[in-house]
Amino acid sequence: MLQRFRDLSFRYKVPLRACALVVITACLVTVSMISKEYDELRSDLLSNSASLGRVLSLNLVAPLLHDDAWRAFEIISTPLSGEGDNPLLTAEVILVLDPQRRVYVSTQPTHFQMLSDPARVSPEFRIVKDWLAANTQVQPTQLEPPESDRIFVITPISADGVDLGTLVMQYSKSVFLPRFYSIAQRAALITLLVVAVLIPVSWWWGRRMAEPLVRLADGMAKVGPRIPEDREIALYESKDEIGRVGVAFRRMLGELREKENLEREVVVSDRLAALGRLAAGIAHEINNPLGGMLNAISTYKRHGNDDNDAFTTKTLSLLERGLLQIKNTVGALLVEAQVKSHPLSPQDIDDIQTLVLADAHRKQADLTFANDLRGVLPLPSTLVRQILMNLTLNAVQAVHPQGHVYVRAYIHGGSLFLLVKNNGTTIPAEVMPHLFEPFAHQSESGHGLGLWVTYQIVQQLKGEISVQSAPGETRFTVELPLPQDEG
Amino acid sequence: MARRICALLILFLIALPGSLIADGHPIRFGVTPVFLDDQLAFLAVWKAYLGKRLGRDVVFVQRGNYREITDLLRSGKLDLAWVCGYPLVQNREHMRLLAVPRFNGKPLYRSYLIVPRDDVGTRSILDLQRKVFAYSDPDSNSGYLYPQFALLQLEQDPGSFFARTFFTWGHRKVIEAVASGLAQGGAVDGYVWETLNLSHPELTGRTRVVERSPEFGFPPLVARPSLPQADFLALQEVLLTMGQDVEGAALLRRLNLDGFEAGNAHLFDGIARMARTVGGGSNAAALP
Repeated sequence: MLQRFRDLSFRYKVPLRACALVVITACLVTVSMISKEYDELRSDLLSNSASLGRVLSLNLVAPLLHDDAWRAFEIISTPLSGEGDNPLLTAEVILVLDPQRRVYVSTQPTHFQMLSDPARVSPEFRIVKDWLAANTQVQPTQLEPPESDRIFVITPISADGVDLGTLVMQYSKSVFLPRFYSIAQRAALITLLVVAVLIPVSWWWGRRMAEPLVRLADGMAKVGPRIPEDREIALYESKDEIGRVGVAFRRMLGELREKENLEREVVVSDRLAALGRLAAGIAHEINNPLGGMLNAISTYKRHGNDDNDAFTTKTLSLLERGLLQIKNTVGALLVEAQVKSHPLSPQDIDDIQTLVLADAHRKQADLTFANDLRGVLPLPSTLVRQILMNLTLNAVQAVHPQGHVYVRAYIHGGSLFLLVKNNGTTIPAEVMPHLFEPFAHQSESGHGLGLWVTYQIVQQLKGEISVQSAPGETRFTVELPLPQDEG
Repeated sequence: MARRICALLILFLIALPGSLIADGHPIRFGVTPVFLDDQLAFLAVWKAYLGKRLGRDVVFVQRGNYREITDLLRSGKLDLAWVCGYPLVQNREHMRLLAVPRFNGKPLYRSYLIVPRDDVGTRSILDLQRKVFAYSDPDSNSGYLYPQFALLQLEQDPGSFFARTFFTWGHRKVIEAVASGLAQGGAVDGYVWETLNLSHPELTGRTRVVERSPEFGFPPLVARPSLPQADFLALQEVLLTMGQDVEGAALLRRLNLDGFEAGNAHLFDGIARMARTVGGGSNAAALP
């Protein structure tokens, strides 16, 4: 049962606890109201009976002095004769005891007969008598024998300090009960009303309290092999503890996503690096025999027999062209970083515009060049030109007729930035991870090595290249750190 | 001499229309609980009736016990009083018999011995030994003298026969004391008990009459000896003729009496004998 409650959702647990709190509070208030009422009832009884006792004992002095039992009887009978009086404040029986503690008169004369020992009639009077033997008080006193449902109010009757007797008024606690019941009934009714009002309120309030927690738990449950997007998770915006947990949760999700991206990028660049090493190795291995073969053909052409027949010449030419094509291809794969070239000047960038203009015209594309460079930069111009050339040609190819291509070169934070963007075809998401791999996306216009080469060059220049492709805009950004000249 | 004065007065009275009595001071009428004197409404009607008949104001004077009324009469502060036969026989020289009520056709009544209704065992006063007993008044015949006398006749000491005795200072209250159980026996005026039995049967029904005494002279109305003869006669005349008019008859019905008669001093000889036996007067030693 307890376990089942523990397992209950906060959606119910919090409202249930709030409701339980309401009920407990209401009960406690009711109990305290009733006990207060009971105390008041008792003190009412005491003060009323004490004043009645004083009046009666004063009036009883003369009858006792004159031994007028009938008059004494009439006096003590008076408080009990009113039928309509408050039954609470009406004694069950009133007795006058003589100095020997025998019954002088009582309002129940057949029960407590004159001269009889009251303790014989009602054992509780033994306690009253014992108390009287031990105390010589002049004030009315309330006596409550243990395990008795009676209260005795004892008032001494004396004149000039002479003990004439004792007035004993016996009250039954059972007279409290009807009054007590009516109070309890009223209190219970009020409690029910309060509970009826508060339960829906506390239920609603409890649910409201639990809701952010429930949403947070739901959001956390969505985290699995896939990291959910921010918009998939509905959290309460607040600055309280749950709000802070929510913020931390979002931050954690963001970091998870970033890590995931990073891992993907590392995988891609690792693959590209391995490919680069493979390609370089193969190219190197091919280049040596290739150079030998081309040398052999060249030597043969220069120093070969004069009776070179046409067939041989044709065959050798064919071989030479084929080998040259292999050399070109391998050369394209093998990016030469150590090529001697002059530092990059603004003119180099402008040259690219000139070179690409023909293609752009053919495509009727709108080519915009923004060259922010002012002065020479310590970067190999050949390589930078190759990067910019490749990216710009790709962009021109990607745009539809009348499309826009925008190229910009600028310096920012110690790096040269090359930005190439177009509004042409979007790069499909499944292509993205393999975008920079060689031969990944062969087209009719190239062998698909352009981006590969670009990537290799950027890597060799310790730069970074990134792509964002969304409908309407595909953007390549290249960042090339400027080498720090010593001094 | 007195007779001549009386005749003169009568003549004088006849000469005066409206039977106006000489001087203007009101007639002071002392009453005791020999009848139901606690009915103030009745007294008011009776006062008006007497006042009209006498042509003078009548003032009723009530006191807590017989003794005070007796004393007031002796000292001349009352003109007349309705007392018991016992004070009369003790104060012959201070009281002049004015009228005696007639009850059940006779100027006589009895003393009743009553016990609570639940007590079905008691057959006589002897069964009440060591019990609580209620007397009405130490100057009452039926409520004190007779039971004392009866105990002496039975060779009992009235002073120690009962465990406890007390006075209620009224016959009606004796009945109440016995009915409530405060007293286990009581002595009461038979006339009062019978009258209450008619008007308040629920009260008398809680008591049981055990013994009825022999008949004694009914509690009489007496005048102070110094009351002018004319006043005396006027009062006697009014009382004796009460039954002859409608208002008076109605009052007598309420009193449960047949009427008043002039009475005879010998009516009270029985009481006088008992008083001599018991020891004369309200004996302080007999008080509890």
